[in-house]
Amino acid sequence: MSEGPTTPTTPQDGGPRLSRRALLGWGGALAGLAAAGTGAAVVEGRRAAHPASAASPGLVHPFTGEHQAGIATAAQDRLYFAAFDLTTTSRDDVIALLRTWTVMAARMTQGLPAGPFGPVSGPYDAPPDDTGEAMDLPAAGLTVTFGFGRSLFVDEAGADRFGLAGRLPAGLADLPHFPKDALDPARSGGDLVVQACADDPQVAVHAVRNLARAAFGTAVIRWAQLGFGRTSSTSTAQKTPRNLFGFKDGTDNLKAESADLLDQHVWVPASAASADATAGVDSSWLTGGSYLVARRIRMTIETWDRSALREQERVIGRDKREGAPLSGGTEFTPPDFAAKGNDGSTLVNPHAHMTLGHPDQNGGRHMLRRGYNFTDGNDSLGRLDAGLFFIAFVTDPRTHYVPMQTAMARDDLLSEYLQHTGSGLWAVPPGVPDLPTGSDGSPALTADGPFVGQALFA
Amino acid sequence: MPRLRLIAPAVPVLALALTACVPNSPTASSSATGGGALTVSSTADACTLSATSAPSGTLTFTVTNDGSQTTEFYLLAADGLRIVAEVENIGPGLSRDLVAQVAPGSYLTACKPGMVGDGIRASFTVTDSGTPVGPTGDVAAQLTAAEASYVAYVKDQVGSLITGTKAFAAAYTAGDDTTARSLYASTRVHWERVEPVAESFGDLDPLLDLREADLEAGQTWTGWHLIEKDLWQPTPAANGGVAYTPLTAEQRTTAANDLVAHTQELLDRVNAPGFTVAAFAISNGAKELLDEVATGKVTGEEEAWSHTDLWDFAANVDGAKVAYEVLADVVKEKDPQLASTLDTRFAALATQLAAYGSIESGFVTYDTLTPDQVRALAADVDALAEPLSTLTATVTSA
Repeated sequence: MSEGPTTPTTPQDGGPRLSRRALLGWGGALAGLAAAGTGAAVVEGRRAAHPASAASPGLVHPFTGEHQAGIATAAQDRLYFAAFDLTTTSRDDVIALLRTWTVMAARMTQGLPAGPFGPVSGPYDAPPDDTGEAMDLPAAGLTVTFGFGRSLFVDEAGADRFGLAGRLPAGLADLPHFPKDALDPARSGGDLVVQACADDPQVAVHAVRNLARAAFGTAVIRWAQLGFGRTSSTSTAQKTPRNLFGFKDGTDNLKAESADLLDQHVWVPASAASADATAGVDSSWLTGGSYLVARRIRMTIETWDRSALREQERVIGRDKREGAPLSGGTEFTPPDFAAKGNDGSTLVNPHAHMTLGHPDQNGGRHMLRRGYNFTDGNDSLGRLDAGLFFIAFVTDPRTHYVPMQTAMARDDLLSEYLQHTGSGLWAVPPGVPDLPTGSDGSPALTADGPFVGQALFA
Repeated sequence: MPRLRLIAPAVPVLALALTACVPNSPTASSSATGGGALTVSSTADACTLSATSAPSGTLTFTVTNDGSQTTEFYLLAADGLRIVAEVENIGPGLSRDLVAQVAPGSYLTACKPGMVGDGIRASFTVTDSGTPVGPTGDVAAQLTAAEASYVAYVKDQVGSLITGTKAFAAAYTAGDDTTARSLYASTRVHWERVEPVAESFGDLDPLLDLREADLEAGQTWTGWHLIEKDLWQPTPAANGGVAYTPLTAEQRTTAANDLVAHTQELLDRVNAPGFTVAAFAISNGAKELLDEVATGKVTGEEEAWSHTDLWDFAANVDGAKVAYEVLADVVKEKDPQLASTLDTRFAALATQLAAYGSIESGFVTYDTLTPDQVRALAADVDALAEPLSTLTATVTSA
């Protein structure tokens, strides 16, 4: 991808559909394909929307750009999310891992194998440099997004781990204990995080599996989460999906089309680094990045399912059929929190889930939510271990997540049916510039190529 | 489809409500067909029904607010005064179903855009389908009796609670931990039996029954579980790796006084003139009590330090059973199958629970139960909770 910013392309729209093997065989054809594409490709910056439908299996999102992909990208249908702990004490090892991961992610997101040989080439007596389960599958809109946890910078005692303590942004503070939190340490935190999203679960799993393989000796997976059925739209072109409670979720979510709102509420502004600088911290590496908040929210499905429709709609604040606020209208009608029913109380309960999460009730603050449904089988009582894997990207968790979650955990009628069992906060560095390419034109690993978060280690 | 109803007269209302979600297209016919499904369009100046008559039995009116003001829809008796069934607070653009069992006769329908005045009325006829409809007794009188009976139960339990709480608080304040521990679970059962009533006073429940994990950062902890932890002090390993700091004598006095004062406040409120519990709140309360068991007690999360969860468990089930029993006459008339299922499943759960003790003689502690035993208890809780969740719809669909 040395041709600069490109829009996502959908190969099957404009020509024969190409498998990974075909792309590999074509060698350097990929860049040409992306440029030629459907003939409708318009050169524009990464800040622009990605209007293509998330359901296109052949969709390819650019890996490089001003911001990392997988944030404002139209939400794909599947998620594989993995938090890693570093096992090394060497700063150089961390840099080497990030440089390797960057090239691998750049390749896999373009539908290429993880390594230059691929799953069925290379020395016959060597293990293949790609694990192979994504052979014959398209890129499926894969994005791989990386983030850094507080524990990358300082350990629990506050000691500097990799000479990065002076680069720790103030926003990357531990989240407080929220009322009713039941967090499992084995499902929380992590030095590094990888969010892989795709329209095919096998493509997402393939990405994390190969990255984990490359990490052995430097980092190990601390915990991981599979997600299905995206629970948010991040583009106005997407229909609002439903969560496991059966309600539309994310109606008022930030959409990629709202560039101003993304600048205001998602990307970290230069002013954040200026504020940190007054405390002697250089966090300029995060400018143009974001913060990723993840919460594994288990739903008590069984008790919810035996709640009356009246109760369900009261708790959510919207009607179940259309997703319209109970004050009336259709799904996207702004709620009227003052409208009253015949008994003098408001049609939308002041403690309804929608009320507490609505930007109007949160000082106009928005989050870009990108969550997924999950089910991890059953618990020991035969009940579904299922819920919503909440992911939000925000400009500063202290202003854009903590206040809202504090109010929700305390007052939200829905919290009776929820239990937060996992949690994490990571700083997501900005995007990666174009990578060096090998003789076949595909992204290649070099000793000094750019990598995700490079400015942090500069 | 009235004939189907003759064959299976005990089809629960809920099932019919679900089938009614299938979009139906109004026909030109003036009489509703297809299981009594009707549509109603409410606008600023019209109340348009898909039919002006329907056969007796379970009728479903899908009411759509096509106007710009919040609306209501009523089915009124021929006198135009008695409300047979109603659906309220429908915002503009929204649809909501009204499901009711309706006997043959003449009625009035009314849409009330803006929720004021007499509404836009029209005649509505219910023809005799031959289907037996609803209870034959006087439901209104039965529900009034149920409410009075349940209020008396609540007052009795809260009365026992204040007496027990004072004795518990005195022992704890005096440093007599053995006595306090012995009174803890047996006093709390009076609370657990009527907990939904206490929860309906939003402020008292968190003051009296908050668990440590429910606290917000910086929030002061009061109530039963604060004292529970001090009476069954955890090891550092069970306390997040931190050594537990026992309460001082002064802190003990404050905690005990708070507990008594807040319980007294609950007693005052349930004895206030005008305190009542509506029938739907009684039946919802029964369901909520089983939810409490399902999410807090059967998992051992409620009594994290004393492990006296089975007392709470039994008390929640007691409270749910009383709530059901005061309404049982209505349930037996309207849905005898549901009544029979509930009787059977309450009994099954009671039998299983009795294997571990009783409120009077004491239970084994939760931490002695095996995973299989917990699983078997949970299965019976869920088996009871599921049909119990249909109680409100059965009781209120008069």
